[in-house]
Amino acid sequence: MTRRVLLCALAGMGCAVAAEGGEAAQAVPSSGNLFIDLLFVFVLATFIGLGVVTRVSRLLHTPLMSLTNAISAIAIVGSLVIAGQNHENTVINVLGAVAIFASMTNIVSGFLITDRMLKMFKQQKEGDSK
Amino acid sequence: MRLELIQQAAYLASSILFIFSLYWMNHPRTARRGVLAGVAGMTLAILGTLLHSGISHWGLLGGAVALGFLVGIPLSWVPLTAVPQRTALSHAFGGLAAGLVGIAKYYLLLGEAPAHLTRFLMTAIVVEVILGFLTFTGSLMAAGKLQELRWIPQRPVTYTGQNAVNLALLAIAVLAGVGLILRPEELSYLFPVVIVLSLVFGVLLIIPIGGADMPTVISLLNSYAGLAAVAMGFVLDNKLLVIAGALDGSSGLILSIIMCKAMNRSFTNVLFGAFGQVQAKAAAGEAKTAKSETPEGAAQILEEASLVVIVPGYGMAVAQAQHRVRELYDQLTKRGVDVRFAIHPVAGRMPGHMNVLLAEADIPYEKLVEMDDMNPDMPQVDVVLVIGANDVVNPAARHDKASPIYGMPIIDADKARMCFAIKRSMNPGFAGIENELYFADHTYMLFGDAKAVVGEIVKALAGTGGH
Repeated sequence: MTRRVLLCALAGMGCAVAAEGGEAAQAVPSSGNLFIDLLFVFVLATFIGLGVVTRVSRLLHTPLMSLTNAISAIAIVGSLVIAGQNHENTVINVLGAVAIFASMTNIVSGFLITDRMLKMFKQQKEGDSK
Repeated sequence: MRLELIQQAAYLASSILFIFSLYWMNHPRTARRGVLAGVAGMTLAILGTLLHSGISHWGLLGGAVALGFLVGIPLSWVPLTAVPQRTALSHAFGGLAAGLVGIAKYYLLLGEAPAHLTRFLMTAIVVEVILGFLTFTGSLMAAGKLQELRWIPQRPVTYTGQNAVNLALLAIAVLAGVGLILRPEELSYLFPVVIVLSLVFGVLLIIPIGGADMPTVISLLNSYAGLAAVAMGFVLDNKLLVIAGALDGSSGLILSIIMCKAMNRSFTNVLFGAFGQVQAKAAAGEAKTAKSETPEGAAQILEEASLVVIVPGYGMAVAQAQHRVRELYDQLTKRGVDVRFAIHPVAGRMPGHMNVLLAEADIPYEKLVEMDDMNPDMPQVDVVLVIGANDVVNPAARHDKASPIYGMPIIDADKARMCFAIKRSMNPGFAGIENELYFADHTYMLFGDAKAVVGEIVKALAGTGGH
């Protein structure tokens, strides 16, 4: 698995470098550095994610999925920016608003149902075993 | 500039909180703290974003957020048997959000500042749109199948050349995407093509999937939804999005790998959606007979056992039998019988499904034992009670090379001293595979609805007193 991640990272770097070459030919400010920065963040965050999630209790895989679901609804941050800024075309704002709605639904239902499920996991009570 | 700095600090804090949120999921004791950390991180991130200069349209934003609450709160009340479809639905929402933001960003820049559509940005937008929309329709299909909507075929739909058609479609979408990356302005008519192809691809990807493959598919879609968020982070130059998306993506990846291993499928096999194609070759072998037992008889034997292992499967969820199972657990525990539950990773319709259902029925989580931890102790088990599970206890997986499930790790129910299996009839299960376990010398069938049969065993036990 680690090998796969490394390969993906290398492939991404390759693409970035190749595209940088192409980019230089156009008289446009290159965004290659920015891309590399984000790629660093992505690869390192993936490693942290793999490390943390392999330690998650197998009992909790269902709540884990609804929790990560709520967390990835962080897409709301991008949706807020798209919907909230002034654009010539108001359709853009509407698209952003629908994205806000979709993300907010995930945040609210994701966190609530995760907590609801986790509340159910109880340890054996003392004296319950006999 | 100060506001910008505060915003970045808020993003950093919420990244850290998200990592801790997942870290605390490593034990049920600390897990609820994880939810708190997640909520705190999300709140910080949203507040930080609202600081961003240039945000107006507060009515629109407020309305969308309010509507999200309005739909989200009832969605969190679904019965636990319906959690898989709720999860699939939320993957669909995640994909939709990513796809829409991708569309908005592209047309925004195309109209206002086409020079900003660099190759990097276009690559990120294309990836975001493809992943987002295929996750959207794919997850909707999965949710529909799980909810057993009548107009969505439950049985896997397969035809010859299916993989070729799917791959060709994806290839066209990718080619159109490459065209867009190279010539974002001139070839802008390709953008809707990419969107439509991704939507169609999502549907075709899920059509060949049967119920037993759902845990793998849901995990995979989880991973895709996370990666779509990562792509959105690249599009919007937002590190927080990249980090949170990567956490979601890697979590989905790990769950998919666990599910693949538990079904003995290769990762590539799953990645290309080539699963669900295990042909059901119901071997018309010699007529074997299975022995059956009455619930009262089973109750007597269970009562005298010292170690009982219950193997739950999706059938238990369908019959809503988990509360009866809890009563059985109580009756047996009262008599000093050690009762444990052996959980196969792919039991149910999503990872960890059985654990949640049994936890809901108040079974202490120490009693829920993973397959790998249970198997070595199986020969010491007096009675195994199989409730609504089938393929995960089929010994053919260990030795019958012709069986479609050969090589799949199973719970060794056949190695216990005695085995009871609750089943509606002798019809083979979803995969259409005969289960050797039912014909073994020491196996006795309890025919009937899981809830009713367990209820009768409980009644028989309660009748004999037991103090």
